[in-house]
Amino acid sequence: MEPQLFKYIWKHSKKDQVRILFLVLASMPFYFLSLDLPKSIINKAVNSENFAGFNSTLPFMRFELPFGEEIFGRTVILFEGFDLSQLVLLLALCLSFLSLVLVNGVFKFVINTLKGRLGERMLRRLRYELADRILRFPVLHSRRIKQAEIATMIKDEVEPLGGFIGDSIVTPFFLGGQALTAMIFIMVQSFWLGLVAMSIVLVQAFVIPKLRKRILTLGRQRQITARALAGRVSELVGGAVEIQAHDTSNFERAEISHRLGKIFKIRYEIYQRKFFVKFLNNLLAQITPFIFYLGGGYLVITGQFEIGTLVAVLAAYKDLPPPVKDLINWDQQRNDVQIKYEQVVEQFQPMGMIDPDKQVLEEGNNEVLKGDVVASSLTLIDESENKLLDGVSFSFGVNQRVAVVGNASSGKEYLGLLLANLVKSTSGSVKISDKSLDQLPSAITGRRLSYVGQDAYLFPLSVMDNLFYGLRNWMVNDSPHDPATKDEALRDKQEAARTGNTILNPMGEWVDYKSAGIDDPVQLVPRVTDVLRNVDLEEDVYRFGLSGIVDIESRPDIAESILGAREALKEHLKSIGAEDLVNAFDPESYNKNATLRENLLFGTPRNSDYAGDRLLAMPILREAVDEAELRDSIYNMGLSIARTMVELFTGLPPTHPFFEQFSFISADDLPEFDMIVKRADKSSFSDISKSDREALMHLPFDYVEARHRLGLVTDEVEVKILNARKLLAKKLEERDPEAVEFYDPERFNSAASIQDNILFGRLAYGRAEAGETIGHVMTELLDDLGLRSDVIEVGLSYNVGVGGNRLSAVQRQKLALARALIKKPDLLILNEAAAVMDSQSQNKLVPSIMEAQGEQGIVWTLQRAELSRHFQYIIVMQNGRIVESGTYNELNVEGKVLKSLIAAE
Amino acid sequence: MSIEQEVEALKNIPLFANIEPSRLKLMAFASERLIFKAGQELFHQGDAGDAAYIFIDGDADVIVDTDDGPLVVANFGKNEFVGEIAILCDVPRTATIKAKSELTTLKITKELFFNMVMDFPEMGVEVMRVLAHRIDKTTSQLTEARNAISEKS
Repeated sequence: MEPQLFKYIWKHSKKDQVRILFLVLASMPFYFLSLDLPKSIINKAVNSENFAGFNSTLPFMRFELPFGEEIFGRTVILFEGFDLSQLVLLLALCLSFLSLVLVNGVFKFVINTLKGRLGERMLRRLRYELADRILRFPVLHSRRIKQAEIATMIKDEVEPLGGFIGDSIVTPFFLGGQALTAMIFIMVQSFWLGLVAMSIVLVQAFVIPKLRKRILTLGRQRQITARALAGRVSELVGGAVEIQAHDTSNFERAEISHRLGKIFKIRYEIYQRKFFVKFLNNLLAQITPFIFYLGGGYLVITGQFEIGTLVAVLAAYKDLPPPVKDLINWDQQRNDVQIKYEQVVEQFQPMGMIDPDKQVLEEGNNEVLKGDVVASSLTLIDESENKLLDGVSFSFGVNQRVAVVGNASSGKEYLGLLLANLVKSTSGSVKISDKSLDQLPSAITGRRLSYVGQDAYLFPLSVMDNLFYGLRNWMVNDSPHDPATKDEALRDKQEAARTGNTILNPMGEWVDYKSAGIDDPVQLVPRVTDVLRNVDLEEDVYRFGLSGIVDIESRPDIAESILGAREALKEHLKSIGAEDLVNAFDPESYNKNATLRENLLFGTPRNSDYAGDRLLAMPILREAVDEAELRDSIYNMGLSIARTMVELFTGLPPTHPFFEQFSFISADDLPEFDMIVKRADKSSFSDISKSDREALMHLPFDYVEARHRLGLVTDEVEVKILNARKLLAKKLEERDPEAVEFYDPERFNSAASIQDNILFGRLAYGRAEAGETIGHVMTELLDDLGLRSDVIEVGLSYNVGVGGNRLSAVQRQKLALARALIKKPDLLILNEAAAVMDSQSQNKLVPSIMEAQGEQGIVWTLQRAELSRHFQYIIVMQNGRIVESGTYNELNVEGKVLKSLIAAE
Repeated sequence: MSIEQEVEALKNIPLFANIEPSRLKLMAFASERLIFKAGQELFHQGDAGDAAYIFIDGDADVIVDTDDGPLVVANFGKNEFVGEIAILCDVPRTATIKAKSELTTLKITKELFFNMVMDFPEMGVEVMRVLAHRIDKTTSQLTEARNAISEKS
């Protein structure tokens, strides 16, 4: 990138800058005229001396050739103009003034809009270029940088550049032009007054930047400290576990406070200096009018100067300080953004950036890698001159299965990175089918090779999108739907191209299913399932599916089948005499294994206002309860619960685990409820205060008759609750029909999970092994009905969360392996990819991945040397060198390193 | 069946006979009621023990694995308390318990049991008393058995 901001700006925006400049120049005469007009109004139109009588006239809009007398010896009149009387002239001049104001305003509007657009375009270009550079960072560099810092750079630090770039060239011209116009105007009126004004401007222009030097240095420090603060703040989040586990929060507080203190000091000093400069600036600017009033006034009094001229000089001078001030500000801003630019660009030029040509978009990737992988004297030296790899040479066929073993300091990890072309060797080379690896474009290395490291990253997308992430190499087809119209799409593309951005549409089709061996959409789920099975993730995704929600719009067939499964489950449980394990939802009866809340709402809330405790505050629920005359019953239930809780828990220490586990009332609230119960027992219902009643009525909503067994839901209460349920449903349907999806035995519940839809009820409390039995039966049933792949399909839409945090570490790694496998790479490079798994899982995984890779090759740097028995060829490393290589049988003998490595496990 | 009935059942168990009803209610409330179908096992000999069971209704066989296969050594019914040895001294289950009819139990987890004993020492004393009685009974049975053997020989 250009080291100088101005060079960068000029290189990418000269056309636009010139265009705007032209407009600015075009606006200048109008601006000058608008300055001249007030003088004409006063001197010509208002001053009666010019008019001998009422009918006298003066010419209006008469143009003389400037300096005509000097050149031709006589006045050259270009346009005779109109002769107008005094009042008409006044009107004409004032109207001209108004129209000039209008013209100037329109110029300003157009120029500012163009500048804004130019600035935003340049900002887009700059941000894109920086992001592009991140994509070309060598991975070892990416590991070292703090994400938050680099993110603030692109997001915040370059932002002021956008505002400035539009002004960078135009403003000095515009303001300079304005200042110059004002200056010339003053000069024309009075040479000496002009000279005074000019000399003071020169003093300003010389002194102020000097004073601002220190401010610039401080500005640089401010930027660096703020960036470091962003990095530290992200550490507070990233290191949350360690901070809390080691109780270092106070140290962290001190650290943050120290940083903030430093930033405060810097910023405070900036303010002090900035306002001092401002003060000085204002002072200098006010000295000029002081001289004008004094000197000009003297000249008028002594009759050497017309009063109109003095007014015009003062009016022109009014226009001089603002542009000068703005010019000085512009210069300050220029320095400021130049520093920002340098500081940012500096961070984006690491050593060993990937050549952009290597990442050029390429469609074809059919060039299958064949032949041998040959490494010759590979050496890798890190920044602190450590030899991570030292003269490593080997050769094996691309389709072979190779294990690399060695302890943690053996350098095997770096060998894996080198083979995947993620790290460049300091010397030596790796060649695949006689082509040097670092000369190959990413279209080959990134597609024909597949790499999984120890701690693979997942994007916060669905399982499916993560799985196919590795096949988003180029845009297969543009999207016809997004953006909505062709014109808009075209405009977007032109705009992108104008700022050097890519014109590819991320909403288009990107996944190259053919490379994954999927030629037809119907093959998608089976193929994905196969790969998931290879990495032992199928069962997990199946579970995600069970607790996932079916999109009924796109898959009405799944919904239909699941309704079938609901029926089948009921039949099956009946046939094995286990129907009592599930208490099904029946609109006509109270479900004793569900909470009171659930029995009232009798559906799954779609609108979160109806979920959890928020439901209790909904007026619609209160109305239904009142109409069903359930209020007193709920109150009595609450009172019973409170009484029982007070009886059971009084006397237990507040920290007792029972409070957490069993009580409806927290330890803190217990004394309060004790009082409420005592008050309630003493007085009749009507005397109970409203707040007491509210408190008691909140208690029973989580009450589950079968679990808590307080015998509160009597037959009579049941009837009322069922009535309230019906009333509530009716009201909801009238007022907020989308809010709740009701339990209906005949219908699929689109707001509930697959599992809940099949079960359609609650597991009965107190039935031994109910959960296990039902889980087992459900799985069997779904298999029998051929729904397994549908459930998996739903599971594939499970979002893995930020960095995959909704998956376990092992699941994350398995998904990453699946992502590498589905590409069908010619060579799969696994860099301790199974390290997070236990040995049993590793033992299972290695042969399974081998089988999935089929005829294609694998290089696996193993965490456990023992696993190398599955491989055809083994490379044993120590301290960055290869100490031995061969087959398992050759190396697993006394005296060989492999044997000792296995023995050490 | 409501919690009051469970309290009644608990009162009839000698181990809890002398404990205040409100404590028993807390225990009943905090424990899970678990129903086993005829033929279902509560636990199996050799399993790690995590809970004891109080029989509220129904009965179960106590089965010990022998070289000749499983052998029913006893039948427990209402108000019986089983599985307490495993939770008191962390030994594997000494026998298998299998429901003979539909069996309603209160499951007292190890955690709950120890919490109760800690908070209400009178319960601990009661447990000691019951266990002491059992040792006394076992000792006298042992003496009887010895005498019987020495008489035979």
